[in-house]
Amino acid sequence: MTTAAVKPATMAQALGRALRDALAEDPTVHVMGEDVGTLGGVFRITDGLAKEFGEDRCTDTPLAEAGILGAAVGMAMYGLRPVVEMQFDAFAYPAFEQLVSHVSRWRNRTRGAMPLPITIRVPYGGGIGGVEHHSDSSEAYYIATPGLHVVTPATVDDAYGLLRASIASDDPVVFMEPKRLYWSKSQWNPQTPTAVEPLGRAVVRRPGRSATLLTYGPSLPVCLEAAEAATAEGWDLEVVDLRSLVPFDDETVCASVRRTGRALVVHEATGFGGPGGEIAARVTERCFHHLEAPVLRVTGFDIPYPPPMLERHHLPGVDRILDAVARLQWEAES
Amino acid sequence: MKRNSPTVLDEQRGAYRPTPPPAWKPRTDPGPLLPDPEPYRVLGTEGALKADPALLRRLYAQLVRGRRYNAQATALTKQGRLAVYPSTTGQEACEIAAADVLREQDWLFPSYRDTLAAVARGLDPVQALTLLRGDWHTGYDPREHRIAPLCTPLATQLPHAVGLAHAARLRGDDVVALALVGDGGTSEGDFHEALNFAAVWQAPVVFLVQNNGFAISVPLDKQTAAPSLAHKAVGYGMPGRLVDGNDVVAVHEVLTEAIQRARTGGGPTLVEAITYRIDAHTNADDATRYREDKEVEVWRGHDPIALLERELTERGLLDDDGKQAAKDEAETMAADLRARMNADPVLDPMDLFSHVFAEQTSQLREQAAQLRAELDAEAENDTHNEPGGTGR
Ligand SMILES: Cc1ncc(C[n+]2csc(CCOP(=O)(O)OP(=O)(O)O)c2C)c(N)n1
Repeated sequence: MTTAAVKPATMAQALGRALRDALAEDPTVHVMGEDVGTLGGVFRITDGLAKEFGEDRCTDTPLAEAGILGAAVGMAMYGLRPVVEMQFDAFAYPAFEQLVSHVSRWRNRTRGAMPLPITIRVPYGGGIGGVEHHSDSSEAYYIATPGLHVVTPATVDDAYGLLRASIASDDPVVFMEPKRLYWSKSQWNPQTPTAVEPLGRAVVRRPGRSATLLTYGPSLPVCLEAAEAATAEGWDLEVVDLRSLVPFDDETVCASVRRTGRALVVHEATGFGGPGGEIAARVTERCFHHLEAPVLRVTGFDIPYPPPMLERHHLPGVDRILDAVARLQWEAES
Repeated sequence: MKRNSPTVLDEQRGAYRPTPPPAWKPRTDPGPLLPDPEPYRVLGTEGALKADPALLRRLYAQLVRGRRYNAQATALTKQGRLAVYPSTTGQEACEIAAADVLREQDWLFPSYRDTLAAVARGLDPVQALTLLRGDWHTGYDPREHRIAPLCTPLATQLPHAVGLAHAARLRGDDVVALALVGDGGTSEGDFHEALNFAAVWQAPVVFLVQNNGFAISVPLDKQTAAPSLAHKAVGYGMPGRLVDGNDVVAVHEVLTEAIQRARTGGGPTLVEAITYRIDAHTNADDATRYREDKEVEVWRGHDPIALLERELTERGLLDDDGKQAAKDEAETMAADLRARMNADPVLDPMDLFSHVFAEQTSQLREQAAQLRAELDAEAENDTHNEPGGTGR
């Protein structure tokens, strides 16, 4: 690998570097989407790629998400590895039919004869003061679709490692980029991003003994902050970064919950029908006898993503997490 | 006040007088892109004399086979061997021509109705019917025959065809993609996006719309207000062509020309073939609810096989023996298809988990183990319940 000297300062740069390295190493990799060429993407993730690799490898497409993903299907059929950028979470919806009706089931439909190695990058989540349609947490739609991997990095290192692994995967990956963290510096793991992480492994970001916070993507830093704050109240919280929702790392998650006996799922997506319900159910099914309290959830409200001036009331913050942690001190109602 | 002296108002106007807009001209001369309003025809015209007799005979044999194939597959639905069969009876000329114009390296992108085109391209009929029988979603390796999976969601195969053709060109390969879609499918967003991509990328792809009059029950005039579906091409910047979809030689010529254009870097073409669906939408449909027998009869009078048969007979290229030979050959195909479709397919339920991901997730491994256990228990029960088994 040619990345030993890389020291990206932000997640955005790590993602760009991952794309660059993938393009350089594998001539079948193609980056495509709206404004990814000359402009470098609205978040500048693809900055410089068109210049370095030419417009055939980093392509400005017409403005049509179904067309982009549908064309990517045909390109993958012919042996290319398209990496598609959806400009924002809510603008991926026009491509939904291609994703659900074709991309996710192509391998299955052809009895394994024709895998589709497509990576679909979706900048997602709120907290950036975006207007409507720029802040959705759409991961529940994707995890409900069999045949898709759903991956979401929370650190600079993982942004690089997981994106490389996603592009290398022979299966379609919905790569959810927490746009709130695009500009976050490499503060959790200052090492250079040389590791290409296998998909589907969670990681303990902060060891602890009194309860497990299960989280991913944009909520990781919030959980880490909450864990620090909780020490004042005598809580020693373990924080698990799921990194991948499909496949789901039951092993790491359950090992942690069995150790601590208490679990809280934290994410921005809405609670009802959100990933947290699935995670809580899995944990309960597998760790029931180890649990000292019901598995709790702190999530976004079950509302359309709010306007920017109100979003702080919607997003799970440290206080809401700490309140829930307190409720983990479960006592059966008398 | 003198008449011509400028008023205050005029002075103000002068101050706000707009600069002339930059000159505008159309990006492309729409003339050459516009379809001829009369569908192109060959059979029964002077043009037919130029057609290669060997090609005509080949197309005839294929049409007769195709008609028999439609009848056999429809019969299989009545026997419960197929869950459903969308017939192309009456549309065989489009199906056969589409398959015939492609070279080995080219790709066909069929819709759910186009089993016949796939078979005419060389796909084993049983493999082609797997989807409709219900043992697997696609019964063949698309790469082996260069036939994309029969596509059930309308028009979604069109952007795939564009992407594949584009990829082939990026790799420097001489490959053209031919995508089939119905008249109803042209209303879908994916149709628009695919045509637009194809034209912008100048992808070597040909779109063939089989306008068979109806989308299930909805007639074309409730589907579109365009002068013709071929006219839609102009808005994307590609040529649109109208052809008599029951004239197999005309469809063959128009498609050959379009494919040639694509192959030599001339970009995509939209071809609309005017044809008619003689059978109902599928065996589950009641066509008498939305159309008159009279209309069907008119189209029966313009039957694709009869049209070619007349041409061949008049030119002395086909006699009764020739007709009989084509019939016999079709009968052999049908008998073979019947026999093979009447054998129960052997299915392995564990396949349910085999092809979801390259590597099974732990979640799927768990579920596979559960099914394995259920199957073992079932097998155990079955042996106990067999006559003479230990359970008795
Ligand atoms: C996206 C989508 N919507 C609805 C359907 C259900 N459907 C199946 S066939 C059909 C009509 C298609 O008509 P047309 O495109 O004219 O093709 P034809 O059947 O006449 O060949 C409809 C509505 C579908 N398959 N896909």
